[in-house]
Amino acid sequence: MNNKVNPENFIADIMKKIPPSGIRKYFDLASGIEGVISLGVGEPDFVTPWHIREACIHSLESGKTSYTSNFGLIELREEISKRYDQKHFIHYDPASEILVMSGVSEALDVAIRAITNPGDEIIIPHPAYVAYVPSVMFAGGIPVPVVAHSENNFKLNVNDLEKAISNRTKAVILNYPNNPTGATMDRKDLELIAELVCKYNIMVISDEVYECLTYNGKHTCFSSLEGMKDRTILLNGFSKAYAMTGFRLAYALAPSPIINAMMKIHQYCMLCAPVTAQIGAIEALRNGTEEMQKMIRDYDRRRHLIVSGLNKLGLDCYEPKGAFYAFPSIKKTGLTSEEFAERLLHEQKVVTIPGSVFGPGGEGFLRCSYATSRDQIIEALERIGRFIESL
Amino acid sequence: MDIETRHILECLEQDAKITHEEIASLTGLPVEYVTKRIKELEDIGVIRKYKTVIDWDLAGDEHVYAIIELKVTLERNLGYQAIAERLYKFPEVRSVRLLSGQYDLSLTVMGKTMKEVAFFVAEKISTIEQVQHTNTHFVLKTYKEDGVILQEQEKVDRLIVSP
Repeated sequence: MNNKVNPENFIADIMKKIPPSGIRKYFDLASGIEGVISLGVGEPDFVTPWHIREACIHSLESGKTSYTSNFGLIELREEISKRYDQKHFIHYDPASEILVMSGVSEALDVAIRAITNPGDEIIIPHPAYVAYVPSVMFAGGIPVPVVAHSENNFKLNVNDLEKAISNRTKAVILNYPNNPTGATMDRKDLELIAELVCKYNIMVISDEVYECLTYNGKHTCFSSLEGMKDRTILLNGFSKAYAMTGFRLAYALAPSPIINAMMKIHQYCMLCAPVTAQIGAIEALRNGTEEMQKMIRDYDRRRHLIVSGLNKLGLDCYEPKGAFYAFPSIKKTGLTSEEFAERLLHEQKVVTIPGSVFGPGGEGFLRCSYATSRDQIIEALERIGRFIESL
Repeated sequence: MDIETRHILECLEQDAKITHEEIASLTGLPVEYVTKRIKELEDIGVIRKYKTVIDWDLAGDEHVYAIIELKVTLERNLGYQAIAERLYKFPEVRSVRLLSGQYDLSLTVMGKTMKEVAFFVAEKISTIEQVQHTNTHFVLKTYKEDGVILQEQEKVDRLIVSP
């Protein structure tokens, strides 16, 4: 009997089609280098506000360590519902239209699986957050990229979107404010998309996790547009707004049949979101606004600093209106974004993420996270300046 | 308060040595506006003074602090203001606060040694006619001062790269 086993042979075909995350490579490259300044971090540089942590600690002391409802604690769903009533004038029923999950990453996967039949096409505007394409593929769907161009400040053009729609299109994923570009879409832009999704009868998965990090003007929640609630799965979470990344807590808002479909997946793969994190989230929604706004004003100042700094260095950078990323063009240097990022890391010890890892439309750009201290941003800009001069 | 003012004040609160040019690049406001607005805020007293938070223990110049609670009797027509003025004129007295509760006033007193502080309280404070009763607490260690943590700062333990 031959006992030689190649474990690779057991792996599903789909896994072989999905390349490892391009961001992961920069983690490995940067990890061994001393004195690195990282503009490669996609999470806040604040610790979770103390009152939120304290609420979690208290809950543990009180023995709140059990499962919760699959949907999440009803108190949390009520707070979420209240937030949308007050902020976006759209009502979601806490009992049937809200599902609390472990991070928008889980919520995204569950949302896509809940609506995708094999062969269904899901349109993804690019440059895109790295999880969208694999999540669609895991669900047996076909990701269809559509490029949002830098000339249009990385907003999704409705004509480009229309060209990407076919009779197999099931949904489009929107992510505004956007990772990696920092682009936002205002109400008028979104209304054009809303008309189109009605015309072709498709759904929208709107990942609005960066909602609170909108700097000029007001964020428009996609489902609050007329007629959109019934065809939108809205995803939002606590990581970015409240500096709660490690808590892994998010929620989906959708019509009740969709929530029920999503719940079938969530209950078997996750059962419920961690109870401690849910209690922290209740505290965040009840009492966290002031500290959150303070953090956002801090990001806003760093945004000015990095955008004006990059432009002064000759790297054209439009003013991102949301999230915490600047997305400058490095085309003038003649380098590819991978070459630029790798050489910048080795020669000046600054970590950035090449735009190319975010798919079509990303080449020639660099994602620079400004969720880091003012001193670090100033130092990083000086180093980038030295690097450009050396070219 | 308008948002520009809030941004300017928060910049200064975090770093009193920040330049007007740096505030301008952080806020996108013109430097001239920043200078003008800071002058206004100084003039109207919103900005009281620019202070440095010093860890004197670490600098090798050790001080002793005590918090003194006072119970006072009030003079007719004078209220607490008169006794407070009397107290805050001593340079040893670093802060004076009117409190609710069991005691009326709370002082922070600074000295070189515990003995010096104790003598100051016994000779200068307790002997004031209106002071009925004092209660002295020596500060053994300061962990946080004016919103600044004097121990090592709480760091976010983040991955160097994340999506």
